[in-house]
Amino acid sequence: MRLHEYQAKEVFAEAGMPTPESALAESTDEVLDAAESIGYPVAVKAQVHVGGRGKAGGIELAESDDEAREAADSILGMDLKGYTVERVLVEQAVDFVDELYVGVTMDRGAGEPVAMVSSEGGVDIESVAEESPEAIAREHVDPAFGMHHYQANRAVYDAGVDREVASDVASVLTTLFDLWEDRDASEAEINPLMITGDDEVVAADAVMNIDDDALFRQPDLAEMEEAAAGDDLEAKANEYGFDYVRLDGNVGIIGNGAGLVMTTLDLVDYYGGEPANFLDIGGGAKAERVANALDMVFSDDNVDSVVFNLFGGITRGDEVARGINSAIEEFDELPKPVVVRLAGTNAEEGMEILNADALDVEQTLEGAVQRAVEQAGGAQ
Amino acid sequence: MSVLVDEDTRVVVQGITGGEGEFHAGQMMEYGTNVVAGAVPGRGGEEVHGVPVYDTVAGAAEAENADASVVLVPPAFAADAIFEALDSPVDLVVAITEGIPTQDMSRVKKRLGETDKHLVGPNCPGVITPGEAKLGILPGNIFSSGNVGLVSRSGTLTYQVVDNLTDRGLGQTTAIGIGGDPIIGTDFVDALSLFEADPATEAVVMCGEIGGSDEEEAARYIDENMDTPVAGFIAGRTAPAGKRMGHAGAIVSGSGAGTAESKIEALGDAGVPVGDTPEEVADNVEELL
Repeated sequence: MRLHEYQAKEVFAEAGMPTPESALAESTDEVLDAAESIGYPVAVKAQVHVGGRGKAGGIELAESDDEAREAADSILGMDLKGYTVERVLVEQAVDFVDELYVGVTMDRGAGEPVAMVSSEGGVDIESVAEESPEAIAREHVDPAFGMHHYQANRAVYDAGVDREVASDVASVLTTLFDLWEDRDASEAEINPLMITGDDEVVAADAVMNIDDDALFRQPDLAEMEEAAAGDDLEAKANEYGFDYVRLDGNVGIIGNGAGLVMTTLDLVDYYGGEPANFLDIGGGAKAERVANALDMVFSDDNVDSVVFNLFGGITRGDEVARGINSAIEEFDELPKPVVVRLAGTNAEEGMEILNADALDVEQTLEGAVQRAVEQAGGAQ
Repeated sequence: MSVLVDEDTRVVVQGITGGEGEFHAGQMMEYGTNVVAGAVPGRGGEEVHGVPVYDTVAGAAEAENADASVVLVPPAFAADAIFEALDSPVDLVVAITEGIPTQDMSRVKKRLGETDKHLVGPNCPGVITPGEAKLGILPGNIFSSGNVGLVSRSGTLTYQVVDNLTDRGLGQTTAIGIGGDPIIGTDFVDALSLFEADPATEAVVMCGEIGGSDEEEAARYIDENMDTPVAGFIAGRTAPAGKRMGHAGAIVSGSGAGTAESKIEALGDAGVPVGDTPEEVADNVEELL
C-alpha cells in the first residue's frame, strides 16, 4: 500500500522529522486559504500516485493569490497519467541551496534492509543508481539490531554530504530507518531532502510504501487506504479479494495460483493473442468466487473471450466443475465465449460434469489457450 | 534416493489443531508421511488423527524424536513459529503460511543463517518425495517416483509441470516448492546444490518467475558447479513493470530489474534450455535424459 505524500508527511512529522508547513486542499478557495495562512511563496502539489508529477505539470509554485488561484485551477481536476487530481497539498516553498536523497528499502537478495544516502537528490534516483552507482552510499542493516548510529554517520560521510549539515542528515536517516521499521514499510524515502541557506534540513517530499502483509498490525495506516481511483475494475477486484492486474489485450484470463496464471498470460501471448488481465482466484473454486471472477472479466469491454484454467490441487476437479456450472446458471447466455480446462485431482470427472452446452471444454492448457485466442479473433 | 525428506522423516505439524493444520496433517498421513506429533501452545495432551499434541515444538521433537516440522499457522504468528522450530531439535522447517510480513522474514533469515538447518518457504506448497513423504499441501496423486528433481517458486505451476512430466513417465526424486515471497529460506541455489549431490537425481527442472535475481544467481551456479543437466521455465514474460503479479515477490521494478528476459538469457548462457510452454519443458527433460 502506497501512502499519499500528505499522509506520509503526517507520519513523518509525528516522528519528529523536519517537514515544511502544509495543508491539504480540495478546492481553489481552500488553496487560497491555506496559502494565506502558510505565507507565500507556496508549492501546490497534486496528490496522486504517479511518479514524475513535477514534469507532468502536477506541481506549481505560487508567490501571490493570483498565481495560487491559477495553480489550483490548472491542477485540481487535471488528468495526471490516467489519474484525476482531486486534492492538492499546499506547502511552504523551501529556499534551498542543495538537494540530497535519503531512503530505506528491503534488499531482497541480501534479505536485510539497506539505508541509502546520495548527494545527488532531486532527480530520479533509479537513473542515478544506473548511471553513477558510486554516488549512492549504502549501508546494510542487521534486522535483529536495527541501525546503529555510526552506520547513519558512515553513510552520510561516504555520500560526501557537507560537514555543516552531516549530523542533521544522519539524524534524519536514523529517524527514517526507525519509521521504516516501526511502520512495516517496504520503502521509505525523501527525495529531495533540502538544505537551506541557513543549513537547515527539510523533507520536501515523502514516499512511504507499507507492506500489505503487515497492515493487520498497522491499523491507523490501513485506515488511510483508499479504493484504487484509477481503474473501476481494479477497485472491484479489491472488493472481491482477487489478485488482479488489468492489461491491454482482449483475452480474459482466470486461474488459480500466481505462477500458473502468469504462465497462462504468457501462453496467450505465445499463441499470438493478447492477454486482457491477470486474475488469480486463489485456492478452491466455490461457485460464488467463480461467479465473481466471471463478472470481472465480462464487465471488461476489451474482453472478447475468456480462458479459465484451474489446477485442482487439493480441491477436487468435480467440486470445481460443480462450482463453475452453478456460477454460469445465472446467465441465460454467456456474454462472451468461455474456454475451460481443469487439471489435477479428479479432473476427468470434472470435465465430464462441466456444462458443455455453454462452455468450451479443452483437455490441455495449451489447447485451451489456443482455443481462446481463436475465439478472440485469432492470432494478431 | 531423494533430498530433504524420505520415508524415515519424522514430522511435527505446528498448528495441527487449526482447520488447515488438521486437514493437511490428515492428507500428509494419508499419503504415508510419518507425522509423529503436533505442536500448539496450550493444547498439549490432546490428540489429532491419533497423534499426540505438545505445547512446544522442542517438547514434541524430544518426545517423538522428530526431525522436521511443517508450519501451518496464521501469518501473524508464523514468524514466531519458525523461530521456535529453528530453536528446537528439528533440522528441516517447511513453512506453508502465506502473508508473513517481509520484515519478520528478514529477521527469520538472519537467525536461519546462524544455524545449519533448512527452511523451505514460506508461502510455498512444500516438499514431496513421491511414494515416501510429503511435507505440505501438494496434491500427492499427480507425482510419481523417478529420477527428475524439481524446484519451483510457484505452487500450481509446479503441479502443471509435474503433470506434464508424470504424463510422459518422467517421475521425480523430490519436488521442492521454495515459495513466492521476496525473502525465503531455501533458494534456487540451495535446492540445486541438494539435487547435484543426490546420485538418484539425473536431471533437474527449475521453474522461476519474474522479480528479484535468484534465477540469475542460479544460472551462475549451474554454469560453474553442476554436472546434472537442468531444464528451465520462467513465468511472467508478459508482466508489466511495477505491478505485483499475485506473489509478493513477483514484480518487475521500474528500472527493469527482475525481468523474464534477463532470467531466460542468464539461463540460456548457462546452457539451460528454457521452454516456452510447460509441454516444452517436458520435451527438454526427455532430451536431457
